[in-house]
Formats: sequence, structure tokens, C-alpha cells
Amino acid sequence: MSATVFDERRNQIHRKGDTPFDLACDKDSLAGAVSQRACVFCGSRVVLYPIADALHLVHGPIGCAAYTWDIRGALSSGPELHRLSFSTDLRERDIIFGGEDKLYRALIELIDRHAPQAAFVYSTCIVGIIGDDLEGVSRRVEKEKGIPVIPVQSEGFKGNKRAGYHAACRAMFRLTGSGGTSAISAKSINILGDFNLAGELWIIRRYYERMGIEVVANVTGDGRVADLQRAHGAALNVVQCSGSTMDLAKMMQAEYGTPFLRVSYFGVEDMAESLYTVARFFEDLDPEIVSRTRELVKEELESLYPELEKYRSALAGKKAAIYVGGAFKAFSLIKAFRLVGMDVVLVGSQTGTKEDYQELYEITDRGTVIVDDTNPLELSSFLQDRHVDVFVGGVKERPIAYKLGVGFCDHNHERKTVLAGFQGMLNFAKEVHSSVMSPVWRFVPRHTTNSTPGSEEPASVPERLTAAGGA
Amino acid sequence: MGKPAKSYVSTTNACKLCKPLGACLAFKGIEGAVPYLHGSQGCATYMRRYIISHFREPMDIASSSLGEKHAIYGGGPNLKLGLKNVITKYDCRLVGIATTCLTETIGDDTPMYLNEFRREFKDLLDSHDSPELVSVSTPSYSGTHMEGFHEALRAVVDQISRSGPRHSRITIMPGFVSPADTRYLKEIIGDFGMSATIFPDISTSLDGVAAVVYEKLASGGVPLSEIREMGASPASLEFGRTLDKAHTAAGLLENDYHIPCYSLGTPVGLRETDRFFETLSSLSHSPIPEKHEMERGRLIDAYVDAHKYSFGVRAVVYGEEDLVVGLTSFLAEIGVKVVLCASGGESGRLKEAVGSVTTDLLSEPPIVVEGVDFHEIAEIAERLHPDILIGNSKGYHLARRWGVPFVRVGFPIHDRFGGQRILHLGYRGAQSLLDGIVNAVIETRQEASDIGYTYY
Repeated sequence: MSATVFDERRNQIHRKGDTPFDLACDKDSLAGAVSQRACVFCGSRVVLYPIADALHLVHGPIGCAAYTWDIRGALSSGPELHRLSFSTDLRERDIIFGGEDKLYRALIELIDRHAPQAAFVYSTCIVGIIGDDLEGVSRRVEKEKGIPVIPVQSEGFKGNKRAGYHAACRAMFRLTGSGGTSAISAKSINILGDFNLAGELWIIRRYYERMGIEVVANVTGDGRVADLQRAHGAALNVVQCSGSTMDLAKMMQAEYGTPFLRVSYFGVEDMAESLYTVARFFEDLDPEIVSRTRELVKEELESLYPELEKYRSALAGKKAAIYVGGAFKAFSLIKAFRLVGMDVVLVGSQTGTKEDYQELYEITDRGTVIVDDTNPLELSSFLQDRHVDVFVGGVKERPIAYKLGVGFCDHNHERKTVLAGFQGMLNFAKEVHSSVMSPVWRFVPRHTTNSTPGSEEPASVPERLTAAGGA
Repeated sequence: MGKPAKSYVSTTNACKLCKPLGACLAFKGIEGAVPYLHGSQGCATYMRRYIISHFREPMDIASSSLGEKHAIYGGGPNLKLGLKNVITKYDCRLVGIATTCLTETIGDDTPMYLNEFRREFKDLLDSHDSPELVSVSTPSYSGTHMEGFHEALRAVVDQISRSGPRHSRITIMPGFVSPADTRYLKEIIGDFGMSATIFPDISTSLDGVAAVVYEKLASGGVPLSEIREMGASPASLEFGRTLDKAHTAAGLLENDYHIPCYSLGTPVGLRETDRFFETLSSLSHSPIPEKHEMERGRLIDAYVDAHKYSFGVRAVVYGEEDLVVGLTSFLAEIGVKVVLCASGGESGRLKEAVGSVTTDLLSEPPIVVEGVDFHEIAEIAERLHPDILIGNSKGYHLARRWGVPFVRVGFPIHDRFGGQRILHLGYRGAQSLLDGIVNAVIETRQEASDIGYTYY
């Protein structure tokens, strides 16, 4: 393995085919290693962020709120309260004397100004240390203002982003169970784990509606407090993503007996399989639903495939690297790259679990490098060693790729292009194509310098495990 | 008028960033430096993302990644482990350690930990060419990113600079300006036949070239040798009328090493630039180079050509205090009627500084407010019917709401391309700002006209 790997992290990196697979993960980030991870607060903030008619008040110094202002492209069809950045902007005197009074007054002020349907109060590192009673203040304001006021236990240092997801789910769970459910259809679902980036949730929602399914709550893309309050009336929770909302599904199963299914809306295969999975769930109630779904998928693919073919011919054989927050997205991306004939030579995630990595191991080709919680030094050395043509990641990975003259596709929460659904597959191919095929790479040192470092090809051509194929 | 006490308890859409972010930016202007946040992982990641979205450059900020047990038992062990890893893997010349609200509040004594580290890891430090470890206290609850920026510079000078035989290299501390501004300053200094340390120097480290091998440490930045020798510099120039020398690097050099400190306004526009050039001229005992006299002449020529477009245009200017002062000085020169100067910073000196550069030009002084957020800026500005908004990207929503042109300057520029190459300083910067502002005004008039005039 490359020299830029930290010794302490050797067991968090694996090259498929080298040795038996046993990747260490779910560890605290190594101090000093410039992890690409964020914190507990970040995890909570991203999950709850798209709930558009709630007030999101960050109780802490200004940074935590400033860096999450309008941070996600999570669209709303109505109110846009979520796009504002609210903070108690704690100062030295608040740290010394406590911030509870300031929090109380800030909440009252903002609730009076914006009339939100609920308020989420995020705890930050400092609040965890000075010990403000968020529960107490929240209860008091809730009583005075008559809306749910929910503390989110998201002190940054109390774990990693996943702990933040959990705190967000606990907060949302407090909303469920209070709304009326009598009008909800027996064929109904909640969409969990889609954040309506670029309007993706609306596309997914339309698929379900075409299948004859009622969507009760979007969790959390284009989310509404009232929908969450009646979410327990849905027959099924359909959960996307690596776990940002999985805890909510589990809590709802335990409390209300709502079953859940895991799905992914990225890539043709996973998109179609997701719809079929949900259709099969309702087959007893609606025997026609599977054939309707098949019809839907057929229709979508008929228009998609000819378009996709143009890109596939150009992209076949190119090499891709994937580094994303959750491993579940990586599964879908691997399949999506296969569909356009590309090889994935590196795949990793910030917060994957043992099971996630086992699955990654099973679906990747021999020679693929699998990494957990990596950092710029490792990423850059992998990009160089593996002759990557396009790298899929987030904002923090982009300049590393570009600096080395490697193409890039943004698959993170700032994107403005729909990448989910069948349409999303085409956009994804388009975006990869527009980066890989750009003439600019001809001028970068990587291609104009003769001695590219680490230029040895893998000894054997990776064997393809599955053929590129559709649903 | 003047500085009202903050009118709200809550903050909505802050017009400032947190202190450690400024420290990280300052450290990025030192050769071979790695910024290192002593705190939880999120701070570093958020700041990296925020800074990358402006500069479009790799931005490594290390972190001691504190978890719950460290918050209880102290962050020392993780700080040391992180330092060991950074030094081993980055082979850096300096680690710039900025504290965060977490580590300040749990009471970590960072300078003491660093002394322990120097003893405990002496062999490691020796085998890596003895990198410097500099620490600065930057709890986010006291001050903005600009205080963090200046205090980091001061900490570096305090902990590294030494006295010695007087050399001829002056020190320029331009404040937080763009890489393009920094390159231009170097050019000016060279044209005067002088040598200078521009501290910090982000001209290359945050606007670098395409690479074949990933640079663990972006090249560029002020060499440590020059920082050490700042204690023997003939003079230092520090930009920023709202700065208090008791908290700046140049103030420290003056106090500890008796290096004369020339406090100048951030040279934006004609007159503040004149003051800068005059200072250089007197320090170098040479006239202003003809190239720059020509640029100055063209700028005045352009002021005349543009004067009717800009006259009476009502502007709202916001952002870091010293940038606001410079911009307001420039805008007053071209007849723009600045109606509001606003900042999230709270130096207590903004009003006086704006007054000092505008009194003889503006019949009516602008409203000047410190410590405000965008909600308050909007409330005040809406009563003033602005025609144009000038500031960083974060005011876009206001320009959009009001339907007025928006000229982006400063940091961050998150919704346009080339923020790192915006030129603000000097005659050339003023020329570029003038063109941008006048064209924004013309474009708005052209768009608003039913006729579709093709000459303006």
C-alpha cells in the first residue's frame, strides 16, 4: 500500500484480492489525519435541515450556524424557513453565566417572528460543557407558544456524524404519533432518507403515486412538521441511505409496528428494484400493483436507454473512484458505473459499518481498493496510483481531484442536478461524461508530463463480477 | 445613527464567521504550515468546506478530533497524538494550532501541552527538522474570524520572530486580502526596488498551479526564516483602520522590537492607495514608479469617464470592517452615496474609521453599524432604498429580494467563479472595482429600459 497511509489506519484500507477481507471501521477518526468526516451536530443538522416549516435554532457560538446556512440544495414546495440560519451566537458572558436565558428569549423572539410549526434546538459542543438545560427551556417555550419545541442532543464531540443522525431521529420521533391518521390509505408509505436535493424527492414521490401509493411524510426532503406528526399512520417506511434515518424507522417499528424496507434511488438497477420491493409489499392489498410498476419501469427505461447509450460508448473502460459519506450510496454508484461500462478502482465511505463494507467487498471487482474514513493524503495517493478518470465525492474532495487533473462528479448535498431516479441515471452519466470527456485534461501536467508517478498498471485486468445490465 | 446596541437576542444569517477560521486562513499564508484545530472533528471539516468553496483549492486543516472522554479528561493526549501524526505525515515546517470553544471551555492549557510535547517528542521533532509549533487562543465565542486572523499572526510573531542584525526587508501585513491582491502587492514592492515580507502570503498557497503530484503542503507562503527575521525589519506596514495595535502583529513588533509601524487604511480606491504609495516612496527614498503613476492616471481618467453613472447611486456595503472602510472610501470618491456600512465585527472603531475617510466627500455620513447580522442589515437597509449592494456572497438573498445589482467582493464568494482572483487593492484594484460597479449599474438600467438602448 502507498507510503501516504497512516500506520494506525492500515486496517481501514483493503485492496480486494490481497488478503482475507477484514476492514476495520466505525472507529474514532485518527487525530491529526484530516478526516473528511464532520461531527454529531453536522449529522443532526443535515438530516433535519430540509424540514421547511420548522425553526432550526443552533444554540452555540456563531460558527456552527454560519457554516450550515443554506448548506443543502434541499428544495421546498412551500415555506423556506429552513434556508435561514438561526443562532444564539453565544458570547463569553453566556459561557460564564449560562446561555439558558438567551436561548429562551431567542426562541420566543424567533417563534413570534416566523410562526413556525415546530422548533428544533440544536445543542453544540459548548452547550454540552456548560450544561444548559435544553429540555427545560424547550418545555417552557413549548407550553408558552403551543408548538412542539424539540431539543436535539447534537453536541459535536459526542461521537461522529452517525451519532448525529441518531439524535435527529430521536428528535423527529418525538413529533410522530400526535397527528390524525384516519384519512390515510392502507397503501401508504413514508419516504425516509431522501432530502429532495434538486427536487429528487418529488420525482420519487411521483413514481410511488403512479403505482397507486399514498405518500404520508417525506423524511425529510420537502418535509413538514404536520406530516411527521401523522407519519405513524403510514403502512410502511421506505428507507434510503446508509442510516441517516434508519434509527427513526427502527423506533417507529418498535413503537407503532411500522415495518420498513431499505432502498436506493441511485442507478437504474437499484431504482427499479426499490419500486418492485415496495410493490411486492403491497401485492396482497393490490394484486395489480406489480404489473403497474413493471409498466412504469419499462416506460422509464425505454426513454432512458437510447439516451444512455450515447454516453456509455464514450465512457466504457474509464476508471472511477468513489468516496462518499454513507456506504449505501456507494453500492448504487458502483452499479451505476457498471451500467455505463466504467470500472470502479477505489470505493470508500466516511461512516460505513462492518456489514456495509462486507457488501462493498462482495460487489466490487478484484483489485478495487476499499477504504474507511480516509483523508486527503491517502485519497490523493490513490487517485495517482490508480489512474482514475473521474472521482465521485463531495465538496472537500473536489479540489484534490482537480489539483491532480482528475475529473470529478459532485454527489453531495450541494448538487443542483437530479441524480436519483431513472432521469437521475441519465444526468449522472451526463455529468460524468462532461467531466471525463472535457478537453482540459489534455493540458494538465498529469497528461503532459512523461513520468507519471506510480504508473504501473494492475498486474491482471480485474475480472468483471457482473455484466453491465438493467433491471 | 451610530452603533445601536444589537436590537435582537437571536442572530439570523450572521455577517461574520468564527474565530478559528480566520486563524486557519492566516496560517495558510506561512510556508510549510498546517493549520490544526484543537477541538472536535466538525470544526475542521466545516471550515475546510467553507474555505474550499471560495478558493477551489485543497484545504487541509488537521484536528485533534476530540471525543466525549477527551472533553471530560482533557484534550492533551489527543492533541499530542494529532501533532505526532501531522508532523510525521506532512513533514511540515510549522503547525498552527488554534483552539476552539470546546477546548477553551474545558480548560485545556494548550501552550503547556505544547511544551510537554516538545519534551516528550524531542526525537520526533529533531528527526523532522524541528518544525515550529505555534498556538493561538481562538474560542469562537469571543470575536469574529478577523480577530482570529490577526491574533494568529500576532501569535506567530510573538512565538517565532527574533531580534537580530537589522536587514532591509520591510514587513507588510495587508490583512485578509485575496491571492490576487497579494500578488499585486509583491509586484508593487518589486517595482519600488524594495524587498518585503507580505504576511501572510496566500498568493500561491490558496491559488496554486495544476499539479502532477499532490502537494501535501501547498507551496507558497512566507518562509519561516523571514518570519524569524521580522524582529529585525526596518519597518512594518499594517492595513486596517479599525485595528488596535494592542492585538496585532505589527503592534507587537513595534512594542517588542521597536520596529516602526505604519498603520494605513486598507488601500482601496485612490486616496487610501496614494497613502500607501507615498509610504513606500518615503521608505524607499524613490519616486512612485512610472508604471504605477500611469495606472493612477488611468484610474482618475476612468473616474471622470464614469462619474455620471456612479453619482448618487445608493449603496449598502457590508463585510469585514477594514474592507468596508476601504470600499466606502473608494465609493465616496466616485460619488456613490453609501447609505449603510455594516459588519458583524465589533471593533468599536468602524464609525470613526468610515468618518475619517469620507467626511470631506460625503455631505451626509452613512449609517454605520457593527455587530449586526443580515436580518438587521436588511431591516435598516430597506428603509434606505439602496440601488446597489456591495459585499461577499452571503448578501445575495437581499439583492435578489430587492431586485438591485450585486457586486461581489471579499470573502466568501460561494456563488461565482474566481473569488480568489478578485483584485481589491491599489490603483489596479480600484480600476477593476470601478468597471464592475459601473457595469452593474449600466446593466440594470439597460435591462429596466423598454427601449433596449445599445449605447450607454
